[in-house]
Amino acid sequence: MPNALKLLQNKFSDCIRETNCHLGDTSAVVNKKAVHDILEFLRDDADLNFDLLVDLTCVDYGEGEPRFEIVYLLHSFKTKARIFIKAQVSEPDPQVQTVSDLWHIADWYEREVWDLFGVSFKGHPDLRRLLMYEEFQGHPLRKDYSIDKRQPLVTAEGTNNSQITPTLEQSQQAMEEYVSEENGLSVRHMFLNMGPSHPAMHGVVKIVLELDGEKVVGSDVGIGYLHRAFEKHAENISYTGVFPYTDRLNYVSPIINNVGYALAVEKLLGIEVTERCKYIRVIMSEISRIADHLTCIGAMAMELGAMTPFLYFMQAREAMYQLIEEVTGARITVSYVRVGGVKADLPAGFESRVHDQLKKVRAELKQVHRLLSRNRIFVDRVQGIGAISTADAISYSFTGPMLRACGVDYDVRKTFPYSNYDRIDFDVPVGENGDILDRYLVRMEEIEQSCRIIEQAFEKIPVGNVMVDFTGKEIPAEKMADLGKFGQTEGLLLQVAVTDPTLLGAGESEHAEVRHADKRVSLPAKEKTYASIEGLINHFMLIMDGHGICPPKGEAYFPVEGANGELGFYIVSDGSDKAYRVRCRPPCFAFVAGFSKMIEGCQLADIIPAFGSINMIAGELDR
Amino acid sequence: MLQNFAHILVFLIFGAAFVGINITISRLLQARNPHPVKLSTYECGELPEGESWIQFNIRFYVIALIFLIFEVEIAFLFPWAVVFKSLGTFAFVEMMVFVFILIIGLAYVWGKGDLEWEKPANVPDTSVSPLTESKELTQLMAS
Amino acid sequence: MAEGIGIILLKFGFILLFALGLGGLLTWVERKQSAIMQDRIGANRASIFGLRLIGLFHPLADAIKMFTKESFTPASAEKFLFTLAPAISVFFALIGFAVIPFGDKLIFGDTVVNLQVAPLNVGLLYLFAVAGLAVYGVVLGAWASRNNYAMLGGMRAAAQMISYEVALGVTIFGSIMIYQTVDLQQIVHLQGGTFWGWLPAWGIFMQPLGFILFLTVGIAETKRVPFDAPEGESEIIGYFIEYSGMGFGMYFLTDFVETVMISAITVTLFFGGWQVPYLLADGFHFPWGEVWLLNNWTVALFQIASFSLKVMFFLWLQMAIRWTLPRFRYDQILRLGWKYILPISLLNIVLTGIVIMVLK
Repeated sequence: MPNALKLLQNKFSDCIRETNCHLGDTSAVVNKKAVHDILEFLRDDADLNFDLLVDLTCVDYGEGEPRFEIVYLLHSFKTKARIFIKAQVSEPDPQVQTVSDLWHIADWYEREVWDLFGVSFKGHPDLRRLLMYEEFQGHPLRKDYSIDKRQPLVTAEGTNNSQITPTLEQSQQAMEEYVSEENGLSVRHMFLNMGPSHPAMHGVVKIVLELDGEKVVGSDVGIGYLHRAFEKHAENISYTGVFPYTDRLNYVSPIINNVGYALAVEKLLGIEVTERCKYIRVIMSEISRIADHLTCIGAMAMELGAMTPFLYFMQAREAMYQLIEEVTGARITVSYVRVGGVKADLPAGFESRVHDQLKKVRAELKQVHRLLSRNRIFVDRVQGIGAISTADAISYSFTGPMLRACGVDYDVRKTFPYSNYDRIDFDVPVGENGDILDRYLVRMEEIEQSCRIIEQAFEKIPVGNVMVDFTGKEIPAEKMADLGKFGQTEGLLLQVAVTDPTLLGAGESEHAEVRHADKRVSLPAKEKTYASIEGLINHFMLIMDGHGICPPKGEAYFPVEGANGELGFYIVSDGSDKAYRVRCRPPCFAFVAGFSKMIEGCQLADIIPAFGSINMIAGELDR
Repeated sequence: MLQNFAHILVFLIFGAAFVGINITISRLLQARNPHPVKLSTYECGELPEGESWIQFNIRFYVIALIFLIFEVEIAFLFPWAVVFKSLGTFAFVEMMVFVFILIIGLAYVWGKGDLEWEKPANVPDTSVSPLTESKELTQLMAS
Repeated sequence: MAEGIGIILLKFGFILLFALGLGGLLTWVERKQSAIMQDRIGANRASIFGLRLIGLFHPLADAIKMFTKESFTPASAEKFLFTLAPAISVFFALIGFAVIPFGDKLIFGDTVVNLQVAPLNVGLLYLFAVAGLAVYGVVLGAWASRNNYAMLGGMRAAAQMISYEVALGVTIFGSIMIYQTVDLQQIVHLQGGTFWGWLPAWGIFMQPLGFILFLTVGIAETKRVPFDAPEGESEIIGYFIEYSGMGFGMYFLTDFVETVMISAITVTLFFGGWQVPYLLADGFHFPWGEVWLLNNWTVALFQIASFSLKVMFFLWLQMAIRWTLPRFRYDQILRLGWKYILPISLLNIVLTGIVIMVLK
């Protein structure tokens, strides 16, 4: 039994209802009254020191009693341990003590739970809806909220023109109280809506600013403009069907989302994918990471008025996207990864093309280093701006480049290695000051490290498919499939097809390389489906509604290092072919939650690079 | 001399005419479909909070004063600069003393921190910020 | 012999066409040059009967769009000033050209035409007066919009103006002290001839520091990147946020005309204006002794071409700077103005004065 559970049981023996070590995840179900004390103990205990609240979410068990389970996931930088604390809450009036006084991030996590599940938090300072709009009725992630339920149209009863354009007196009266004194003059604070329709807010975030001159006095960040009910959808579709939705989470590096989700389901199923597949996932993830960092830095520079570095980076990103397109057939909506493998093997000659494109990326990196890193104006704009202290960053649950810029050496690829990352040699760059400059430099260095990872993965990846059949003749996959369709199956099974990126058919030999042999998750190769009855049955068993992939009852959380930080999927399975609950822990949620803190006391103009540096991707922020 | 200024005057009229013609032509050619939402003040798709015609803190009160002083200095320097070669060393030294005094003035305000945009001493009270979101316009758009 | 009214009007036409033409062309240059710098193709779609001319029709298409697009006034704006402000802005940008000399003298029968619209003996002072007024268009437009973003932009513009107006004046004192005049035509005349028989006697060789300071301040006055805090399109969208159609078009044009203006002044003060190296009134006199005699018309054409080419070079330079650098924060702009440029320009005055006194 892990140390944490032992200590916990000693101290709170009467509050712990149940402890568990399922699939390597330590968890404890505790009394809801004691949850605040237990979390505080876990955070402050010198040996345990669980200082990062990775995630806080809720599961609705519908009819069951107690109905809701609030899940807290804690991480300790010191011991590299994790623990799940669960508190059960029952109807009516589900309520639990807030932990927003322990971690800053809990403020937003709890608002989200309140918004989506209707579980309220006692003592929360500002329990408003977060992702939904104020007029929304009900709580959408509750099991009794059906997925096709419609909301009443919000109408503008009684709104007239005078409200759109208030008179001078009206608005002056409204502002009467926000007055401060300087140089003997009384000056008023200005209120400014920045976003959603603002060029630097990407159209999806709204910040209400209180300005004294140009200085930010207070701010309130509003999100949810791109909420697409990812979690609700994932509960209502087969496990494989979720992949296209994950593409749309962090749409700049969708493959990492694919990988994260697949790994979580595989953890539930107890499947370990093939070696080749692991390296393919590493290669594709790192290519996506490069694309993501390039976009982030480029967009930040552009918003600072430096358009040229942005376009240089777009060129480099284009090279990455071409590689992704070549492998997956798509640029953004890739849906490349499958439970138990990937969709198809890497195309022929891919390695050499990757090396060429990495050369291009490195050349652009050098160019941008010259244009920005040594540019006095750029450095003046970003140095010491938007900084956040390490303690605050941890309290806001920062991960990834943002946390590393604060000097915390935490990378999921190192701490909880997955997909053979432990066999690859790479460095984790860390900053010092946690300001925009450090974030920029960390990302620049991570691009270089990703290049290194890709190169090493290509050295280590086991030999792939044979591209010709035993007579030395190539058979295109689609032709093979056609032969099978017309029943000309004789001798076909002995042959090996060539995969092409259009994926009209799948080569059987590659199939074994990149897909797990487990019939529960892997579709048979196309030629098997067409050529043999076993293949056909296997195919239908996976495709038919109500069958498909059915992980055993249980739950699993799997973290991967997304481009922005820890991207985690928490999946609860009830044994059916649809997930009971899918929770995505989006890395940039934490950054946006901490943004108000970051820009406090900054100038209005500093908001733009600060916002650029957090790499807010609305797809994963709002889900 | 005056004739040259007449040239300028005619040129001014030319410039004004150019601008006027432009405005008139565009007035004649352009479409006009006003709508209350279109005519509302743009603030990123939200209703503006409060009023923009307020006395807000632009922080260049002191700088504006320094500006005035230096503008006057320039006005004094012009006649001197045009003829200083013929005036000799005395005028030169005299003007250098004048410039020097101004430099000292600049150094003084610099040292006093009036050229700093953010004077830490004058950080205003940050206690009030009840941020409420306005939803009228979104409602109007939805209707 | 005095110039006839016809010739004066011709000169007006020429200089207005020069300013507006280059201003319009700059919208094309901006697109194309940035495209080349960023490995793009740039605007090339506007066509007349399939003729595209590498996108040269885009300024025309822009103009048509500006003329025909609805230019509405927000309900809460101060209507009169809102309409007037862009006009003020473009007006003050244009009238500065009256004192820019674009050539020496054109002998036209027995008429001697001075190639300068208004041969003012206080040309430089006039320029500064006009440049100082230009900010009114911006501040008035920003205030009249009654929009928070516009207001912030207007305030930034005002702060930037008062900071750089001083610097703009002080940077050119070096030149005035050397030439002992503020008549621009005379300043250009004084830049004829050579140093040591081969180096053109342009202002830059006597005032290198003054030139760098002046160009910096000049770019700041045009409110373009890296000094575009009043616009800052990704920050506060700009003082012209509420403008559409022709109103916006005029602000847009103002920027470009001011860019041409700054180039023209830089050329006039520091690069010999219309002077062509070794070209005297009667033809080329090369340092190695060769002499090409030219008639007055050819010389005038050479001078006008020389002036235009130099101006275009500086337009190119300003564009290259604009597309390379990120934007300053506006307090950094002010700091640069007050703490670096102003003291250095004052130092420049002192140094120039001492050198002149010593040489005398």
